[in-house]
Amino acid sequence: MIPVGLPHFLVLSAVLFVLGIFTMLTRKNAIAVLMGIELILNAANINFVAFTRYGAVNFGGQMAAIFVIVIAACEAAVALAIVLNLYRRSQTISVTEANKLHD
Amino acid sequence: MDQMLLLALVALGLPLLSFVLVIFNQRALGARAHLISVPALAFSLVLSIYLAWLKLRPGSMGLRPFEWSADWIRLGTVPGFGPVRVTASVLIDNITVIMMVVVTGVSFLVHLFSIGYMRGDTRYARYFAFLGFFTFAMLALVLSSNLFLLYGAWELVGFASWALIGHWYERPGPQRAATKAFITNRIGDAMLFTGILLLFGQFHTFNLREIFALVAQGLPITFSFLGCSPETTLTIAGLLLFGGAVAKSAQFPLHVWLPDAMEGPTPVSALIHAATMVAAGVYLMARIFPLLTGNAMLVVACTGAFTSVLAATIAISQTDIKRVLAYSTVSQLGLMIMAIGAGAVSAGFFHLVTHAAFKACLFLGAGSVIHAMHRVLHERDDTATDAQDICNMGGLRKKMPITAVSFVIATLAISGLPLMAGMMSKDEILAGTAAYGQLQRGIASALPFVGFGVTLLTAAYMWRLTFLMFFGKPSRLDLFERIKESPRMMTVPLVVLAAASLWIWFAINPLQAESGRFLANWVKTPSQVIPPQTAPSFAFGILLPSTPSSGPMPHQLALAAKAHEWAGRSVWLALASGACGFLFALWLYLLKRSRSIGTLRISALDPLRQFSLRAWYIDVAYEYTVVGAVLLTSRIISWADDAIVDGAVNASARATVVTARILSLFDRFVVDGIVTLAGATVQFLGLMIRSLQSGRIQTYLAWVVASVIAIFVVMWMIALPPSMLF
Repeated sequence: MIPVGLPHFLVLSAVLFVLGIFTMLTRKNAIAVLMGIELILNAANINFVAFTRYGAVNFGGQMAAIFVIVIAACEAAVALAIVLNLYRRSQTISVTEANKLHD
Repeated sequence: MDQMLLLALVALGLPLLSFVLVIFNQRALGARAHLISVPALAFSLVLSIYLAWLKLRPGSMGLRPFEWSADWIRLGTVPGFGPVRVTASVLIDNITVIMMVVVTGVSFLVHLFSIGYMRGDTRYARYFAFLGFFTFAMLALVLSSNLFLLYGAWELVGFASWALIGHWYERPGPQRAATKAFITNRIGDAMLFTGILLLFGQFHTFNLREIFALVAQGLPITFSFLGCSPETTLTIAGLLLFGGAVAKSAQFPLHVWLPDAMEGPTPVSALIHAATMVAAGVYLMARIFPLLTGNAMLVVACTGAFTSVLAATIAISQTDIKRVLAYSTVSQLGLMIMAIGAGAVSAGFFHLVTHAAFKACLFLGAGSVIHAMHRVLHERDDTATDAQDICNMGGLRKKMPITAVSFVIATLAISGLPLMAGMMSKDEILAGTAAYGQLQRGIASALPFVGFGVTLLTAAYMWRLTFLMFFGKPSRLDLFERIKESPRMMTVPLVVLAAASLWIWFAINPLQAESGRFLANWVKTPSQVIPPQTAPSFAFGILLPSTPSSGPMPHQLALAAKAHEWAGRSVWLALASGACGFLFALWLYLLKRSRSIGTLRISALDPLRQFSLRAWYIDVAYEYTVVGAVLLTSRIISWADDAIVDGAVNASARATVVTARILSLFDRFVVDGIVTLAGATVQFLGLMIRSLQSGRIQTYLAWVVASVIAIFVVMWMIALPPSMLF
């Protein structure tokens, strides 16, 4: 049995990150895309915490993770508001149909 | 002394003033141009006569000349040559003053005559302007004592003759004649100029007297032309100067211009033949005579003799009055040149002066007749009849008595009959030639026979002309009835000139010219300055004085003595030959009335007659050789111009066009291509990049991810050492 170390956390974080990216690229639903973003943010949080636990002497990593969680909460609020507005304007929350940025 | 200089310069300046005033006011003056020209010439004549009187009166300076000179152009010192300067100098000696009287006298009378003759001419003022210019040029020529100024005046004379011979330049004949006269003279001018430069190159001065003094000191060894010895070079220099005289004084082979110059107005012919143009050559020979070596003298004498025979034989068959007179001038000039070549310079110059009087009289008389004929023909609207053809005349003495009498007097003078100035001068020439022929021997022995033969021929053709014009029965009665004597303006000059042809002006005794005032007091043959070994060969037998530097050279003394011996005999011989010619003409043309075209109708003589009528075919020969060669050369050059020079220009133009085409292709395909390619590339890239901006956020995100991965991979490959890569 291999003892759990830093590489395991990093691999987990990378897997989460890739999954987040994958979600963002493939899902059409704007809510699902937001979920992908949350995944990415949490992958970053795992990295922060893991690096702090195995390397640094202070708690900067943990602090950054908490800060990211707060920011993610704000971001989710703003993004959900955007999605609501989007729906109100175009009766859809599909990101493939909302291509007004093209104009 | 200064008084003489002033007189001479004013006499010189007046004709020039007349020229300037008239030529710049042609339109304003119109038919009144003579009101300026004639008084100017009259004053000039009066001044010349006064000057001559001052110089020639008994007890004046005698033969001593008066010379004045000033530096005109200083060119500084030329390396290897020495100081170069040109002086403007005036020489007034007896020859000069006599020439001045002759020139202004004849010119004045020609001016007077022209008032009548040229009335109503389209370029009346221009005509008078150039008469004045001609006179000025000739006066400048006789006044200058250095060769440089003389050459300048020489060219001005040539130019003036060109302008006057071509007075009626609308017609092709005068045009051609003027050009011919000018070009023929250019040949002589080139030789004269070469001769002048040859002397200047050695002696560093243009002044004739200085040159004579330097030559008299002995020829330097450096005096060499094309490697010839100094003596030969002196002969060459003399002959080159003579070349100028050959052209100006119409000697064979350059005599061809003079008969053609008859295309000019008749008074101009009188001026050219008597005083201005042809006299210049003889005058030049008289001036440079001291430089002529024995060989040069022989060439000069033979040229003159041949020319006089040639022209006399041509004159005998011509039917145009002016052509007869023209050839007679050539013949008389030949006699003068022959006399100068034979060492009888004073006799030659004497003949120049007497000839000026009677030849001007003959020409103006001919002009008077032509004028009368023209008027009649004009009244009858007859353009087919030639006003100058003697076959259309005859018996004119009844209608034109004054012209006839003066013409007869002048004919007496030219044919050497007694009581005439012409006889005296001709006798002197014949005596001098006889002396030279006897002493020189060889080919020169023929010269006296030439002289007497030409005297005979001269009498024959001149009396033929006179008889056919003024005596006998009129050949065209219809014209004859209407002929009238010319106005007084034209007859007065004739009378004056006829009077000037009498003996009394030159000597008291008409049979002894030698002791007359002209030869005894006025003009002496100048002493030669040539080295003794170049003197004529007969001088070798004579004891050489120890100091030959001044006074006549031994051979000249011998010639003079011999000529003096001959003088008594030659008078009678010349009279006899002149009388023979006169009687021949009298018998043939007056008594036998051989009119047709005035020659014997013997078929055996016909080729000879043709030969004479066509002037020995010399013009034809020149046409085929010289003119033909020049035309051929110019045609070849013109072809070369067209084919080679123009061809080269055209080829270079074509090459430029082709290059331009190639450059244009390069421009279109390469330069434009690059520009277009750049544009197309940008457009293509733009198209590509535009396709990226789909507006779909997920696509953007995919690009971002791909880019980050790509950057990461690249940076990873760059940043890590190779050992850690794999």
